[in-house]
Amino acid sequence: MTTTTGDRLLDFDDVVSRYEPVIGLETHVELGTVTKMFCGCSTTFGAEPNTQTCPVCLGLPGSLPVANAAAIEATVQIGLALNCRIASWCRFARKNYFYPDIPKGFQTSQYDEPLCVSGYLDVVVDGETHRVEIERVHLEEDTGKNLHVGGSTGRIHGADHSLVDYNRAGIPLVEIVTRPVSGAGAKAPEVAKAYVTELREIIQALGVSDVRMEQGSLRCDVNTSIAPVGALEMGTRTETKNVNSLRSVERSVRYEIRRQAALLDEGVRIRQETRHFHEDTGSTSPGRSKEEATDYRYFPEPDLVPLAPDAAWVESLRLALPELPAARRARLIQEWGLSDTEMTWLLNAGALGVVAETVAAGASPAEARKWWLGELARRANESGTELTDLPITPAQVAELSGLVAEGRVNDKLARQVLDHVLAGEGGPTEVVEARGLAVLGESDELVAAVEAAIAGAPDVVAKVRAGKVQALGALVGQVMKTTKGQADAATVRRMLEERVVGQTG
Amino acid sequence: MTTTPAATDLTHLDAAELGRLLGAGEVSAVDVTRAHLDRIAADDGLLHAYLHVDGETALATAAAVDAARAAGDELGPLAGVPVALKDVVVTEGVPTTSGSRILEGWRPPYDATVAARLKAAGTVLLGKTNMDEFAMGSSTENSAYGVTRNPWDPERIPGGSSGGSSAAVAGHLAPWALGTDTGGSIRQPAALTGLVGHKPTYGSVSRYGLIAFSSSLDQAGPMARTVLDAAVLHEAIGGHDPRDSTSIPGQHPLLAEAARLGAGGDLTGVRIGVVRELGGEGHAEGYEPGVLARVAEALAVLEGLGAEVREVSCPSFDLALAAYYLIAPSEASSNLSRFDGVRFGLRVGDDGSRDLDEVMALTREQGFGAEVKRRIILGTYALSSGYYEAYYGQAQKVRTLIGRDFASAFGSGDGDGVDVLVSPTTPTVAFPLGARVDDPIAMYAADLCTLPASLAGTPAISVPCGLSDGLPVGFQIMAPTLADDRCYRVAAALEAAQDAARGHRLLDELAARRTTGGPA
Ligand SMILES: [Zn+2]
Repeated sequence: MTTTTGDRLLDFDDVVSRYEPVIGLETHVELGTVTKMFCGCSTTFGAEPNTQTCPVCLGLPGSLPVANAAAIEATVQIGLALNCRIASWCRFARKNYFYPDIPKGFQTSQYDEPLCVSGYLDVVVDGETHRVEIERVHLEEDTGKNLHVGGSTGRIHGADHSLVDYNRAGIPLVEIVTRPVSGAGAKAPEVAKAYVTELREIIQALGVSDVRMEQGSLRCDVNTSIAPVGALEMGTRTETKNVNSLRSVERSVRYEIRRQAALLDEGVRIRQETRHFHEDTGSTSPGRSKEEATDYRYFPEPDLVPLAPDAAWVESLRLALPELPAARRARLIQEWGLSDTEMTWLLNAGALGVVAETVAAGASPAEARKWWLGELARRANESGTELTDLPITPAQVAELSGLVAEGRVNDKLARQVLDHVLAGEGGPTEVVEARGLAVLGESDELVAAVEAAIAGAPDVVAKVRAGKVQALGALVGQVMKTTKGQADAATVRRMLEERVVGQTG
Repeated sequence: MTTTPAATDLTHLDAAELGRLLGAGEVSAVDVTRAHLDRIAADDGLLHAYLHVDGETALATAAAVDAARAAGDELGPLAGVPVALKDVVVTEGVPTTSGSRILEGWRPPYDATVAARLKAAGTVLLGKTNMDEFAMGSSTENSAYGVTRNPWDPERIPGGSSGGSSAAVAGHLAPWALGTDTGGSIRQPAALTGLVGHKPTYGSVSRYGLIAFSSSLDQAGPMARTVLDAAVLHEAIGGHDPRDSTSIPGQHPLLAEAARLGAGGDLTGVRIGVVRELGGEGHAEGYEPGVLARVAEALAVLEGLGAEVREVSCPSFDLALAAYYLIAPSEASSNLSRFDGVRFGLRVGDDGSRDLDEVMALTREQGFGAEVKRRIILGTYALSSGYYEAYYGQAQKVRTLIGRDFASAFGSGDGDGVDVLVSPTTPTVAFPLGARVDDPIAMYAADLCTLPASLAGTPAISVPCGLSDGLPVGFQIMAPTLADDRCYRVAAALEAAQDAARGHRLLDELAARRTTGGPA
């Protein structure tokens, strides 16, 4: 099999029967602080280029950094949520290299003294728990953004000139680095995806970043290597960048495993290099080779004082951590009486949050799940949007569910109400009232319809009275038809029974 | 001291005296400013103390001060007093080059904290003074914009790197000025031009807006003709600044008060330690006899004022030079990375034929001078992987040792230690222009005595203690962290006693020389 990149790929199942994959992930999370890491500039996404800058984040001569306390707190929270040890003393370091998107000629980062170390994150794939060990969580600043103009690729080669936007320069960035994850075998690609998914949910639960991969507020570099099963030494790893979605995390690992195996089978050495992932083809292509990597000449940042998080303060942050996703899922499984599989469906549909909110707004867990995984999932699918982006709130879904429970609307009417709510006509109750979609009670109108049905079908009445009770269904259908479905079928049946069967009994 | 012939000239008044006269309405800020601008016009052609003078703006600022005073506004004691700033200090809208070609024409969009504080105090900025490029040097010969001459002898260097400031103040082209000191760049030029120069405790004066040379060492400080003026200027720029993370919060010592106390002349109970390793027995090689003689005389004066003088050994001071020339270049190599031609300053070769790396390299190749390149290479090497521990790591250990030597000399404060340490400020008097430009090691030796306090982050002052071969000699007084007031007290005592014995100030001899065919 060949791809546009010309890489030869082997069959995945074949490869993982002979090779053991090892993965490692470096995840960058842009924190949602109001101001940048070392200055007072705004961090709002999408502003006009270079409007959110000052002497500090432009690296003008003489300017000095002052560390953002909120960013340090958020990093400690992430470290605690990932079961890390929080350093009692650590420093920032300068990572020196030349590039126009680095205003100072160095990135202020952390090197051998990270803020958080030695944690882990458990992820579940197909019912099996995999422990991903966290080597470090550290704090640094983001770079600016280069825009290469005039080339076909948007890359620097072939471009006429380059523009730099420093709005992003200096936004606090947390880097979360795992230890090498081995032993996952064929599940390695899914473990990688499950790890990033879980990490994303944790950070969301902490509320310290919006973790939007498509906007780059969560970015992932995926390291992959393979070695023959039973080998003592790890294989040479490649580092795949530009992995911009959860699905891409899995695909990039899968691709690298198949590509590397083909090379190893041919006796070709794997080059330690950076590779770029291509969303369209699902393939990777080589970038800068690590073997010619720069010497960053790290040294402790003399413009900043060491960080010394007070133990009592760290402890207070630990106690104040919100319920984390894994604990929440366990609790909800219990409270809602779900099976693990049912929980997985909810997660895969991305519906856990909205279902929980719907339950919180008063719906039963079963009803809430039914709506979000059924009607609403179908509509989201049809319109190609995310479930959570549908123009309906969990409170409105709960309201609708309540109307059904009260018998004010039946299922058919409820679906119509939903359409109108999604069309922006207001909340469920408003729609019911405005559109007259409520179920008919035992009104004169309904009595008339019932009596008309009985009068119009003497043969059916005779059959029922002769004992063929199921024939009553035809009369129910007739009444529903005359009332344009606005009657409650159970009520109609009861009224018919009273009049047809009841007279004989 | 107001009986000397030059006293009628406004440029010969102390800054504190100018402040008093301005406050009393006896002189106008415009007159004071104009007097200094006239003096600059007359003498700076020879001295070349200034890189940038904007007389119009200075006069406008002075006029605004006069108008405010006429309107009855409450003004501070420095309102209307002129000042000169070393060109390493970033000034909004005013060219700031740090003595480098790579920043030619750069007009910063912001003020350094020290500049902003002086502006807020109502001082009048006369101009920006010459310096060794990026403060790397001890003679101001490394400026990209030409050498500055010593007012005592125009064929000699004014010291460095704050040589423009020292020449301006000693030459009476400014009543006082700011310098910066990384390894001695305030104290050494002050010593060589007969001025008082103080390097504050690291963290006691904001570094925000000083173009960084070596971040863990740089400090701005005063250069003045009297100890009291230096203390007053120090107080005006000092204190905590939230924009500088290394700035020390809380109360800082009272300095002008310490200077006044010292001038009273009583040093009873003050214990003075003479550092053997800085020109003492067995360590006198390279020290001029005239320098050592003046220092010995100063010690005798201090003893006469009641101080106890004893010798103290600080063995690791011998390692200071080696450690300094690893730490400072290492930090400089990183600090100077931002000069890449992308955002500000010089850009060379961007004609469409070269790629990014070539333009950056060409800009730095042509924008930096030889000494700056030498130190960038030195620092890059010292930080590179595989050498880091052997060079930068070892140098940091030496730094810790030097700090310990200071700590054990000063003791725990209850009797055993000394209150201050003293030494010559420099091993020699001002050397001739060009004498050491081809011998970097000899040039570096000019900072031998000033480096230990720089590495320890402790305060140190240089105060004149007489002439050797007709050239000024500096006496260095070092104190513990945040005990800058001790430097001022002892310096003021020495200054007052020697002025009284001499019957005039040392700098008056320079003024007398001027009238008999000096640099003017
Ligand atoms: Zn900024």
